[in-house]
Amino acid sequence: MTSDPHIKARRENIFVAIGVVFVVACLPLFVTDVYVQNVLVLTLMYAALSQSWNILSGFCGQISLGHALYFGTGAYVTELLFTKFGVAPWFGMPAGGLVAAVIAAAVGYPCFRLKGHYFVIATIVIAEAGYLLMLNWDYAGAAQGIDIPVRADSWAKFQFLRSKLPYFYFALGFAFVAWLVTYMIEESRWSYWWRAAKDNADAAESLGVDVFRSKMAAAALSAFLTAVGGGFYAQFVSYIDPESVMGFQFSLLMALPAVLGGLGTLWGPAVGAGILIPLTELTRSFAGGSGKGLDLIIYGLLVMGIALGRPEGIVGAVTKRARKGRP
Amino acid sequence: MSEPLLDVRGVTQKFGGLVANSDVSMQARKGEILGLIGPNGAGKSTLFNAIAGVCKPTRGRVFLAGADVTELGAPQRCALGIARTFQVVKSFETMQVVENVMVGAFVRTSSAREARAKAADVLDLVGLRTRANAMAGDLTPPEMRRLEVARALATEPKLLLLDEAMTGLTPTEAQQGVELVRRLRDSGIAIVMVEHVMEIVMPLADRVVVLDLGRVIAEGPPAEIVRDERVISAYLGERRRARRA
Ligand SMILES: Nc1ncnc2c1ncn2[C@@H]1O[C@H](COP(=O)(O)OP(=O)(O)O)[C@@H](O)[C@H]1O
Ligand SMILES: [Mg+2]
Repeated sequence: MTSDPHIKARRENIFVAIGVVFVVACLPLFVTDVYVQNVLVLTLMYAALSQSWNILSGFCGQISLGHALYFGTGAYVTELLFTKFGVAPWFGMPAGGLVAAVIAAAVGYPCFRLKGHYFVIATIVIAEAGYLLMLNWDYAGAAQGIDIPVRADSWAKFQFLRSKLPYFYFALGFAFVAWLVTYMIEESRWSYWWRAAKDNADAAESLGVDVFRSKMAAAALSAFLTAVGGGFYAQFVSYIDPESVMGFQFSLLMALPAVLGGLGTLWGPAVGAGILIPLTELTRSFAGGSGKGLDLIIYGLLVMGIALGRPEGIVGAVTKRARKGRP
Repeated sequence: MSEPLLDVRGVTQKFGGLVANSDVSMQARKGEILGLIGPNGAGKSTLFNAIAGVCKPTRGRVFLAGADVTELGAPQRCALGIARTFQVVKSFETMQVVENVMVGAFVRTSSAREARAKAADVLDLVGLRTRANAMAGDLTPPEMRRLEVARALATEPKLLLLDEAMTGLTPTEAQQGVELVRRLRDSGIAIVMVEHVMEIVMPLADRVVVLDLGRVIAEGPPAEIVRDERVISAYLGERRRARRA
């Protein structure tokens, strides 16, 4: 084996990830409650979504609060193809990913010239515009949305009535794939380019990094994965409308786990989602139907708390301590 | 004589009403150390920006090995072999020292393993090996200067632009820097160095170009430059200006 500590650390990561996937895959043996299974599916989905968001906003430093646009794009493309043309979600989800990647490039083209908080505001505004568009687009069901007919359990159509377990395993696979993509990218030159562009764009350019092209690539990849998640979610809930797949709360829920767990870290989004999503589901059930406002207040407080107290997130704080501890 | 590696032809750079470079022409050859000196605000860093592709000059052209690179951006020029350090250091502060250098190495390879090996070599060369795993933001200012040089070298440049890379170094560190620059020159790189400390640049440079108020006022071997009337008065002028300020 190798003695290079860097390669060793990477190998440890992959073993840990496989171990985590194995343990989570065994959870349904013990968890039979449908409500809890539901929370597990959402937790895994948000782990994957936040991992996708982290590519653009964590590694590349382009903080997006408009990823609901790509999530909704994935949901709508998947379901329009399914309900209007009979295309199976297995093709609809990647198709949604491609459409979202193109939209992300079109959004990025003007917006990557904006600095810092102007970029954030632009992402919010553009996502809101997409939301309004879907609200008024009759072909896509406008405000009524699209009801997805579910007749029988079918892997071909990726829909299940009786059991949540197929969704659970898909969400687990999705979370693992998103993690794996990040893992592979982490040691490719793209992640170095992204981090360099984030820290100092002028210096990056002087070292041969095409900052603009790098950001475009990050946005496209991030949007693609997010939209696949949107397509999955649409199948999972089997009903979509603008509010339920493009609302601003999705943008927040994709960003928050990564921020809490550690921006631009490999494990941050998964750790953050594991804490945050069960927590929000709990508050929602305590606060009953009117929980939405309370959710938003809690998210807002969390973002403020993290930004002020531990900007490096949980994973960042732990690795920093580990580094200090080393001789 | 062979074709110059760097050929700057009539570069003028205006910022609004301010003329930072005015019709500047100069050449640098392979295996040559060119000193670029001049009082503060003479336009030395601005000229570096024009050569490295940070901003396109108002007028004039820049040639690298005979090819016109004036229209190319900074990343493309780096790929063609131009590397530079910044007068005000610009580290990737949240990245490790070795990762900073890898960014430069990635312009020549897509393999992280090769980039890491290259970075280790370059860090050895500038004497930063022991700091490889530190965060760039935790370095001391002289270490940051060395990191700037290491990153630039990792791009395997043909032309290296050093903007006051020895500023703030102790005499011992500066001596190491001088030896490194000589070794790089002997390996066939062309080096243009902006330096304020005459005791460093004059013994080191093969040729010196003097800028004042954006113009080239003198050019030649160091021994002639130190005796040049216009150069002396430009520097005396600076001292006079400084006293008044
Ligand atoms: N981007 C810029 N915008 C406006 N003025 C600039 C810019 N860059 C440099 N200058 C001005 O150009 C002049 C030359 O600056 P500089 O090239 O940094 O001088 P030097 O490096 O010789 O000290 C200065 O007056 C400086 O203020
Ligand atoms: Mg300067």
